[in-house]
Amino acid sequence: MSKLPKGVLTAVKKVRGGVRVDHRKNTADCETVRIDTPKQVVIPMQMSIGAPCEPVVKVGDEVAVGQLIGDTDKFVSAPIHASVSGKVTAISDIKMPQGVMAKAVTIESDGEMRLWEGISPPVINSREDFIKAVRNSGLVGLGGAGFPTHVKLNFPPDKGIDTLVINAAECEPYITVDYRECIDNSWDILSAVYMLKETFGFKKVVIAAEDNKPEAFKILKRIADDSEDVNDEVSLMVLESKYPQGAEKMMVQSATGRKVPPGKLPADVGCVVMNVASVAFISRYIKTGKPLVSRSLTVDGSAIKEPKNVRVPIGTNIGEIIDFCGGFSAEPGKIIMGGPMMGLALVGTDFPILKQNNAILAFAEGDANIKAETDCIRCGRCAAACPLSLTPTNIVRAVKAGDTASMQRIGAQVCMECGSCAYSCPAGKPLVQYMRLAKSMLREEAAKK
Amino acid sequence: MINGKKLNVSISPHLRSSVTTRSIMLDVIIALCPALIASGVIFGLRALILTAVSVAACVIFEYAFRKFSHRSNTIGDLSAVVTGILIAFNCPSSIPFWMVIVGDAFAIIIAKQCFGGIGQNFVNPAIAGRIFMLLSFKQMTQWTQPGAGFMNLAGVQAITGATPLAASAEELPSLWEMFIGMRGGCLGETCIAALLIGFIYLLIKKVISPVIPCFYIGTVAVIMLIYGKGDLTFTAYQLLSGGLVLGAVFMATDYTTSPISRKGKIIYAIGCGLLTSLIRLFGSLPEGVSYSIILMNIFTPLIERFTTPKPFGTPKKEKKQKEAEA
Repeated sequence: MSKLPKGVLTAVKKVRGGVRVDHRKNTADCETVRIDTPKQVVIPMQMSIGAPCEPVVKVGDEVAVGQLIGDTDKFVSAPIHASVSGKVTAISDIKMPQGVMAKAVTIESDGEMRLWEGISPPVINSREDFIKAVRNSGLVGLGGAGFPTHVKLNFPPDKGIDTLVINAAECEPYITVDYRECIDNSWDILSAVYMLKETFGFKKVVIAAEDNKPEAFKILKRIADDSEDVNDEVSLMVLESKYPQGAEKMMVQSATGRKVPPGKLPADVGCVVMNVASVAFISRYIKTGKPLVSRSLTVDGSAIKEPKNVRVPIGTNIGEIIDFCGGFSAEPGKIIMGGPMMGLALVGTDFPILKQNNAILAFAEGDANIKAETDCIRCGRCAAACPLSLTPTNIVRAVKAGDTASMQRIGAQVCMECGSCAYSCPAGKPLVQYMRLAKSMLREEAAKK
Repeated sequence: MINGKKLNVSISPHLRSSVTTRSIMLDVIIALCPALIASGVIFGLRALILTAVSVAACVIFEYAFRKFSHRSNTIGDLSAVVTGILIAFNCPSSIPFWMVIVGDAFAIIIAKQCFGGIGQNFVNPAIAGRIFMLLSFKQMTQWTQPGAGFMNLAGVQAITGATPLAASAEELPSLWEMFIGMRGGCLGETCIAALLIGFIYLLIKKVISPVIPCFYIGTVAVIMLIYGKGDLTFTAYQLLSGGLVLGAVFMATDYTTSPISRKGKIIYAIGCGLLTSLIRLFGSLPEGVSYSIILMNIFTPLIERFTTPKPFGTPKKEKKQKEAEA
């Protein structure tokens, strides 16, 4: 590993537990390539946490890249834009990867990728303008959670929020899009950081990444040093390469030493955490006015012929993306949307890419790597691995006994489903499943009262 | 579905560590090997044969019981092998084979399988087996002395004598002899050097945390120092004698019967140390390690109940409030 540049901070308070997973960042040196324009995109009207959008176009309408096609007046939601130019051929319900149905707009591409003439850089004079611009851009957290970014930024100026944490940890194995963002678009990242700092009055900005990305540190450091950050308020921070370093609560703890209490948000301890790709996008949007219509993702795994980082229009069919990467090299046994630690296993490839997807991974039959389940020996590895100090094995016992009081006491509701426990379990228990079960039992219990 | 073939849609995480119950037990077996070799050197071939008999008996009992109770075969997880070795380690090498087999049967069938098998037993099976034998057979306390010759298989003819714990000052082996195991005792407990090698191996492989052995032995050391009014030699003899190191490293650390949280482990280990010291100093028994561990095994659920860590970020005030409510 090459050395880190001087002046890079280390974590204020180290994260407890976690697991050391193989990094498998095979695509780190793959420059992001743009996929061939898809013939058709299917754009779901629900791509973020919050309210779904309603289509604002009709079947038969001609649309261009960046044109608004879905919106809602609910606050916690982000508008949706056409990602290719062409004709709307259908507005129908489609099955989403999680198995729920959602309304989606299908656009037949004319192959021209014509930009919508209404696109112009937003005019920003105030904090409100900035939040409005971020909303209009359709941005949601690109790191995977899909939380609308403008909601995060919409905090009252007197709330005492002083720290902006830029998350470039990318602790999931395989995924390298955030790393590529740091290398390829470092100017965008830094210029957005200064814009955000100025507009929202953050006293401190911490850009944090794991120590397996020295190149990213070098480039970001050079830019940070070149800029007019006179008070040294923007700093880089190196984190141990340990999953789930990039989880929001963990980021806040590393960057500031503060702990987000159960059921609270980073804002409650004076922090805003943003993914590095989201930040870079804000800077590009403010320059060009082109909303979020495409994103980068890592395509990798043992069943992919040519692993790549690709830039794809939102709504592109996953099968088409895999074909662009040379198709399957082996019979796939498992296809995952997202990283291997928290990603969702798909039933097929006939799904569209959503704004928050950062990876498609396909594994050959043998690498689906499922341990046979045996009896729990109470070794405590799950508890040692939990970054949130839970004791998963005891939660499992409580679930089996239907004992909601114990689940509550041990803290099942706090679980963020990072999967560190299940990763380390020698008995191969599906612990994340039990945690979800515990949470749903707690919700049912709460609903009864 | 891809080409008509169904995909695996198991829940995340899609990567799993390579550690399995079997690999953990295999590490424990490897860690016990130095002490096994030492027992062969010190007590002769009979010690090794006794261990082999005990292992075979445990595995057969486990296989047979699972078979007759129509449950899955679990001998592949190697936990029965570990129990077998530990029971043999807790016997004098001269004990008749049938006695150790009775102990194995009690450990595997009564202490382990009747409560549901691996992970469900409330006391350490090996210790339960040992205590059963201790109460049943007087041969359990007729300690074999070293040096009877490697090929001397007629265990009954071996010289028996008191353990250093009960011996008077003149008969005591030197501290160095204590450390390398040239003294009378159970076959696996005497060679402290070999047990420590196993301990270090377990730490390197992250099979156990150092908390329980360190606090256990530490507690005994502190109490003995106080009781002996600062007499270091007395304290050293106490730490090197009996089954303290074997118990602290290999038996008190049993996953199933010890608390999970660090705080719980500390309380548990101090409890073990306290009981061991009290039994040794004031009890009528020659040795207190097994009894103290089994008692703390029984306390484990209670300790666990009060040492469950608070979830990440729980405010301190609330913590106090909750404790007050409890």
